[in-house]
Amino acid sequence: MNFKSTIGFEVHFELKTKSKIFSPSPVSYGAKPNTETNVIDWGMPGVLPYVNKDVYRLGIMVALATHAHILPNTHFDRKNYYYPDSPKAYQITQFFQPLARDGYVEIEVHGKKKRIGIHEMHIEEDAGKNTHGTNGFSYVDLNRQGVPLLEVVSEPEIADPDEGYAYLEKLRKIVQFTGASDVKMEEGSMRVDTNISIRPAGQKELGTKVEMKNLNSFEHVRKSLAYEQKRQEQVLLAGGRVQLSTRRFDDATGKTVLERVKEGDADYRYFPEPDLAPDHISQEWIDEIEQTLPRSAEARYQQYTGEFGLKDYDAEVLLQTKESSDFYDQTVAAGADPQLAANWMNTQVNGYLNDNRVDLADIALTPEHLAAMIKLIKDGTISSKIAKRVFAETVKNGTDPQKFVEDQGMVQLSDTSVLEPMVKEVVDNNPQSVEDFKNGKDRAIGFLVGQIMKQTRGQANPKVINQLLNKELQNR
Amino acid sequence: MNYLNEDIDSLNQKLAQGTLEADQLAQDTVANIKQTDDQLNAWITVQEDAKPDQDLDFAHHKLAGIPIAIKDNIITKDVKTTAASHILDNYLPVYDATVIEKLKEAHVTFVGKTNLDEFAMGSSTEHSYFGITHNPWNLDKVPGGSSGGSAVAVASGQVVAALGSDTGGSIRQPAAFNGIFGIKPTYGRVSRWGLIAFASSLDEIGVMSKRAKTSAQVLNVIAGQDEHDSTLSTRAVPDFTRFIGQAVKGMRVAVVKEYLDAVDGDMHDVIEQQIAVLKEAGAIIDEVSLPLTKYVVPDYYIIASSEASSNLQRFDGIRYGYRSKDAKDLLDVYVKSRSEGFGEEVQRRIMLGSFALSAGSYDRFFRQAAKVRTLICQDFDRIFADHDVIVGPTTTTPAFDIGSEIADPIKMYNNDILTISANLAGIPAASVPAGLVDGMPVGLQIMAKRFDEGSIFKVADFIERSNKFYEQTPTGMED
Repeated sequence: MNFKSTIGFEVHFELKTKSKIFSPSPVSYGAKPNTETNVIDWGMPGVLPYVNKDVYRLGIMVALATHAHILPNTHFDRKNYYYPDSPKAYQITQFFQPLARDGYVEIEVHGKKKRIGIHEMHIEEDAGKNTHGTNGFSYVDLNRQGVPLLEVVSEPEIADPDEGYAYLEKLRKIVQFTGASDVKMEEGSMRVDTNISIRPAGQKELGTKVEMKNLNSFEHVRKSLAYEQKRQEQVLLAGGRVQLSTRRFDDATGKTVLERVKEGDADYRYFPEPDLAPDHISQEWIDEIEQTLPRSAEARYQQYTGEFGLKDYDAEVLLQTKESSDFYDQTVAAGADPQLAANWMNTQVNGYLNDNRVDLADIALTPEHLAAMIKLIKDGTISSKIAKRVFAETVKNGTDPQKFVEDQGMVQLSDTSVLEPMVKEVVDNNPQSVEDFKNGKDRAIGFLVGQIMKQTRGQANPKVINQLLNKELQNR
Repeated sequence: MNYLNEDIDSLNQKLAQGTLEADQLAQDTVANIKQTDDQLNAWITVQEDAKPDQDLDFAHHKLAGIPIAIKDNIITKDVKTTAASHILDNYLPVYDATVIEKLKEAHVTFVGKTNLDEFAMGSSTEHSYFGITHNPWNLDKVPGGSSGGSAVAVASGQVVAALGSDTGGSIRQPAAFNGIFGIKPTYGRVSRWGLIAFASSLDEIGVMSKRAKTSAQVLNVIAGQDEHDSTLSTRAVPDFTRFIGQAVKGMRVAVVKEYLDAVDGDMHDVIEQQIAVLKEAGAIIDEVSLPLTKYVVPDYYIIASSEASSNLQRFDGIRYGYRSKDAKDLLDVYVKSRSEGFGEEVQRRIMLGSFALSAGSYDRFFRQAAKVRTLICQDFDRIFADHDVIVGPTTTTPAFDIGSEIADPIKMYNNDILTISANLAGIPAASVPAGLVDGMPVGLQIMAKRFDEGSIFKVADFIERSNKFYEQTPTGMED
């Protein structure tokens, strides 16, 4: 029997705001528990939420980048439930009227293009975080309470784990390049829930779905879906029934494990949030945000491989993060040769970041300085060997390359009026080499170049010396 | 001292002239409360060490040094705030409500927190964990609710003014029952930051006092401007006292047939009499109809209870207030703390609201109620298109006997039929004393279009000046 799978995703992105969605508490990763909270986050009696409008701006960016329709009249709703990490005992979310609907993401799997629909995306607040001590007590950290989230709900149009993987990668890239979220799964700024159901080919109605929550890598998503697909097939083939349930992926065994069986959906008693006035999102505002929307990864890829003539691989490495692509764009904009800039970004810069475990934001190097250095290489002012020393200095101390090269006397010696007497002298002093040259031994030139380099402490331009030496030797 | 013959102007004058010391005023107030409150039980917390601010500027702050009562569902930093509930009976807030901040800026003296129906749910102040409040006109009668403590504190002369909150009539009904003035401003006029929420879309903080002008002076201080409340209007707040002493000639007054039909006998006569006085003074009186009036009680109880069920979820025994001693696990903490901590009326409304919002009922109840609410708003818009105010009775009867209705919640709910509409529509409304029926005060309700509290003050002050009810003192207290 043939089966068809239906896969859907609910992906939460933490929106990159300075303060929380409904309170002035700051948002940052890794702060001490409960230091970034106030009475609103604690749900103290009498407090009221207040919308941080920047949340709309970031949400609208993602909506625009996924071709979604933004609803002009938006309001928040309450989703009621008891949970220790949620002090108000309700979550403020958008239920009746989400931020946007009907978007899509284009994916390519095994050379085939496909559009995956986005059913809706809505804004909501995150809850706090519980930790369970070994002393019988549980602890709650409310730093995360009120961090703004954008939940992107796909249509159930994903046919297999590979498509699912491609969808997530693409969605992450799109969101990342809007700058609306850090999209770091390891820090929880991107969180993935997925569900899968299967049905015999030809059957119209969807099968019973199984949910998997909080998968912490794309690889886990793919493996768990693949495992579930097979498991559910076997259940059906054996005449069984798939249970409506939530399962967890066990990395060690590569299997999914039953967590809890659902007997029906929880009743969240949604209703419009009466503490917040509805907000209107005007077309003017959307247009304004569209103007500020950073270029998509796709547009950048086209430019890199087309206009700049970079290889696919180089372009993809640059596009790994928005930060590196932005840095590269700024370097090129500052006048650097695109190919040289790509080479430097993907080898020296990345190497430095990896070796020191830092981000672009943490280093002293600026795109302007990188561009300046590349220009010095390109116009022959410095050799690529010296460039490495310049880079080491600039990346560490933020020194201006031009100034550094001048101060250190590193400027490459290309002046023939200076080099010519040196060449003559070296040839005069090495009659054996002249002999060797006449006898067709090329390495004689190498030896003579080495002598001049020694004299100039490496600053002589090898290309120029080569030319001069050849001329001189021909004349002997 | 007692404030039966005082208002803010006379106190301010004495303080400014030095014939009265603010310290003495605070001490006398506390002493008088302690002396009279055995009979009344209007207070939950009395700040015995109440002290006025230093360096009071009586010239610039009319309210400087004047003691004011605060309903105990308004958050006061470092002063116990209970909402009259067992579940919050030891709650010490860490911040001030915006209205409290504003009163502090005006150098008001705080003397304590007044009794109410638990979480402001009730019409009699019989639903308080801290006991029943008694009506100073007759100690066997209820003071009304939920702002019963604040109303009694003013009517009995314990304070000159009090803050209350009004979700379905909780300021106006007790004002009527106690023979004082009480105003619920327009929704969005006064910040709700720091008001322990009952029903967020209906709750409004307001003022109670013997004279309308006193309330206007307090409202001047607490209204407007607060970034904490996004439902607050940004429009400018007028000086409400400038409507005091104005003529009502030419004002267009609507009388709602259904409201008048809701009262009979002597009460009907008292209300008709006040309307006649207005007419005599040159107001233009029109009879209008609000046919949806019969739906307001069920509409209100669905919306208010739904919001309440959600607003009260945070009281779960975990973070503050009462926690059951014998809970064994997390669910048990929630269930036992709430079962033991909430009173019967509160539990009834939580159940009602949870049901109305549940997946199977939302469309049949909450959604329908929201639609009816919209229609009620439209009806008021229609009337206010060519009228300045609506006048009529505040309540269907004078204060009833303690214990007489508490066993019949539906009967109690129906008492609010005349006050609820103003909350559903978000319009301002007040009750001004209209006279006595069987020795108990009854109130005339005045409603106006949104943000037109001015017209209400104008009419209320006129009624006051004509019937001089403020000269009467409650008769029920023993010396």
